[in-house]
Amino acid sequence: MGNTPPSNLPFLARVGVALRCFWLALTRPEFARQARAWLGAGVAAAPATSAAVPPETTQAPALHLLGLLQREGRLIDFLQEDIAGFDDAEVGVAARVVHAGCRRVLTEGLTLEPALREPDGTAVTVPAGFDAQRIRLTGNVAGSPPFRGVLRHHGWVATAVQLPTRSPALDPRVLAPAEVEL
Amino acid sequence: MPRYSIGIDLGTTNCAVSYFDLGEADGRREQTMLAIPQLTAVGTVEARPLLPSFLYLPNEQEFPAGGLGLPWDSQRSGTVVGEFARTHGSQVPMRLVASAKSWLCHSGVDRSSAILPWQAPADVRRVSPLEASARYLTHLREAWDHQFPDAPLATQDVVLTVPASFDAAARDLTRRAAEQAGLPQLTLLEEPQAAFYAWCEAMGAGFRKQVRPGDVVLVVDVGGGTCDFSLIAVTDRAGEVELTRVAVGDHILLGGDNMDLALAHAVHARLTAAGKKLDAWQFNALTFACRQAKERLYEDPKLTRAPLVVPGRGSALVGGTLKADLERSELEQLLTEGFFPRTTATDRPQTARRTGLAQIALPYAQDPAVTRHLAGFLTRQARALAEAHEAPLDVRGQAFVHPTAVLFNGGVFRASPLKQRVLEVLNDWLAADGAQPAKELGGAELDLAVARGAAYYGWVRQGHGLRIRGGTARAYYVGVETPMPAVPGVSPPVKALCVAPFGMEEGTQADVPPQEFGLVVGEPTRFRFFASSLRREDRVGTLLESATDADDLEELAPLETTLPATANNAGELVPVNLQAAVTEVGTLELRCLEQGGAGQWKLELNVRMKD
Repeated sequence: MGNTPPSNLPFLARVGVALRCFWLALTRPEFARQARAWLGAGVAAAPATSAAVPPETTQAPALHLLGLLQREGRLIDFLQEDIAGFDDAEVGVAARVVHAGCRRVLTEGLTLEPALREPDGTAVTVPAGFDAQRIRLTGNVAGSPPFRGVLRHHGWVATAVQLPTRSPALDPRVLAPAEVEL
Repeated sequence: MPRYSIGIDLGTTNCAVSYFDLGEADGRREQTMLAIPQLTAVGTVEARPLLPSFLYLPNEQEFPAGGLGLPWDSQRSGTVVGEFARTHGSQVPMRLVASAKSWLCHSGVDRSSAILPWQAPADVRRVSPLEASARYLTHLREAWDHQFPDAPLATQDVVLTVPASFDAAARDLTRRAAEQAGLPQLTLLEEPQAAFYAWCEAMGAGFRKQVRPGDVVLVVDVGGGTCDFSLIAVTDRAGEVELTRVAVGDHILLGGDNMDLALAHAVHARLTAAGKKLDAWQFNALTFACRQAKERLYEDPKLTRAPLVVPGRGSALVGGTLKADLERSELEQLLTEGFFPRTTATDRPQTARRTGLAQIALPYAQDPAVTRHLAGFLTRQARALAEAHEAPLDVRGQAFVHPTAVLFNGGVFRASPLKQRVLEVLNDWLAADGAQPAKELGGAELDLAVARGAAYYGWVRQGHGLRIRGGTARAYYVGVETPMPAVPGVSPPVKALCVAPFGMEEGTQADVPPQEFGLVVGEPTRFRFFASSLRREDRVGTLLESATDADDLEELAPLETTLPATANNAGELVPVNLQAAVTEVGTLELRCLEQGGAGQWKLELNVRMKD
């Protein structure tokens, strides 16, 4: 920090300075304060810039889907509301709104098919080399396939996805804008 | 060489595009509707088969930057077309343009000046009915070009449909809208004809088993906003089946939207009586819910009622939601009896008396009864056909034209009870007039048929299928003032000179024989212009004594032309003859031909004024 051009310190001398700075910063708050100012805003900002991409950017499609379910089916309104004080009839009426709207999002945006075609409750055989993603085994899982069992839930698979696209120019955190009537 | 034949249904409430690969025409059986990307919310683009014909003109600060982007233009701003325009516009009606197509055939207003949104406040930018239509077509063209960059729409064979009831002026405006949208080359086709073509294509070879020479097909097309009737005769000429479009109905602004509104008003009245208040937003939601409940009830005849739920507008959903039921009895009372009542063939639609201070607005049908409009159409046409010598139909002894088959079109008829009712009423009339009952031509597609039929027509035009003949569905006349001494308060009588006869075919022209007109060089010359959908007998040159008293003549927007003046002939009188031509596009063109000279001037339809 002088006006004279700096000459390179030998490595061991630099280690000495570093350790001394470390110690002074640790024991003297005033030194630590000045050192931070001297190092500039870069140090303070460093943790933020070095952090990974914010989750709302990587998860933007998930937020978008949530926004769609809110727009069409008022899902967030429904889940955020305290329903303890309402009777079942009132909850039921609101559930119709949620059901009709969210169902529209599902049917228009996805093609859903069961993972196994048989109806729930039928006896099924799980062959060797089955797809462990599509079939979950429960109960007495012993031995090796083929397994005999009863289908408890046929599962769901989205065989086609045609959800609307969303402009990257918009903030994905806004799930529903505030509405102001003029 | 165009690769595709493309049918565009530019509807009052929805547009659709169907296409037909001309290279593999025989193999076409799968659905070939263009998926139209459009905004469904801010920043959200979805591709849908229908583009709602709504245009929203946003405030500059209303939406975030990039929020109105489209796949082919991420920075788009300024206007919104389609689903988001419809849903958002219903909450901001003063910035929403709807039913532009109905304005396009409304001769009481200036159709090329910026008048829409109708009665919008001064700071809202406005557009003309012409421009609004051009915007929808532009969106369709951009969507097509985005999907088929190797075959731009402007280079393909495009067929654009118009209501059969569109007159020469409305057709010309539609052509101009297409031109503005970058589609200078296209062909116009009447919607009921397109529906019939779609049916023919769907039937394939079975078509000839269902209709035979002697059949008269009535096309009943009830869309979202309009009702359109046409009669198509099946005749035999030297062993070949021939199809002729015999007559078309008037433009009736009455459709499925009226029906949804009728239901919403009825439910609203019940809710209000129970002390519940709905704001405008909730009323919209109620109308939407009514449409869905209606569709459910019509789909499942076992249901006696369908629930309607209207969420509150605030974030409190539970407790803020209103519930009502739509009863089947209500549906039957309001829709079947209200819009399709059992009437007699002699009933006529009621027309309300216009009060002196009536606002200029869209001329909505005063009578909601589709059956009465139908009776009026069939009776009027029977009289007109009886007077014609070479009518393609024999209507002797018929009080009204007797259809032998009915083809339904338009989303309204997804409700089979409504189709049933129309058939019952028609067959009651036929029985009373001593005729055989008409049958329904089944297998029609209703919603997308017009676009599909239009695309198929492109293929038919290349000589592959049976073409419907018919020509113009009206005769056209210009007004000729009779010289008489000036009398204060009495305007000279106007005679009507027939310039284009009924049934004039595309690509033909007709010279108006001896009548001579004088055009003043350098000054605009105007002709009054009339049309008739009933006078089938008049030939070119026929002179009707009084144009203004004839009740079968309808005055259209005037025609106008100006001869460009040169240095020394300004003010001179140039004698001209008139010539009419029906273009290949399907529009009517009138020209002035200089007598004994080479001069030729087009008469423009002046859509600005109608006195």
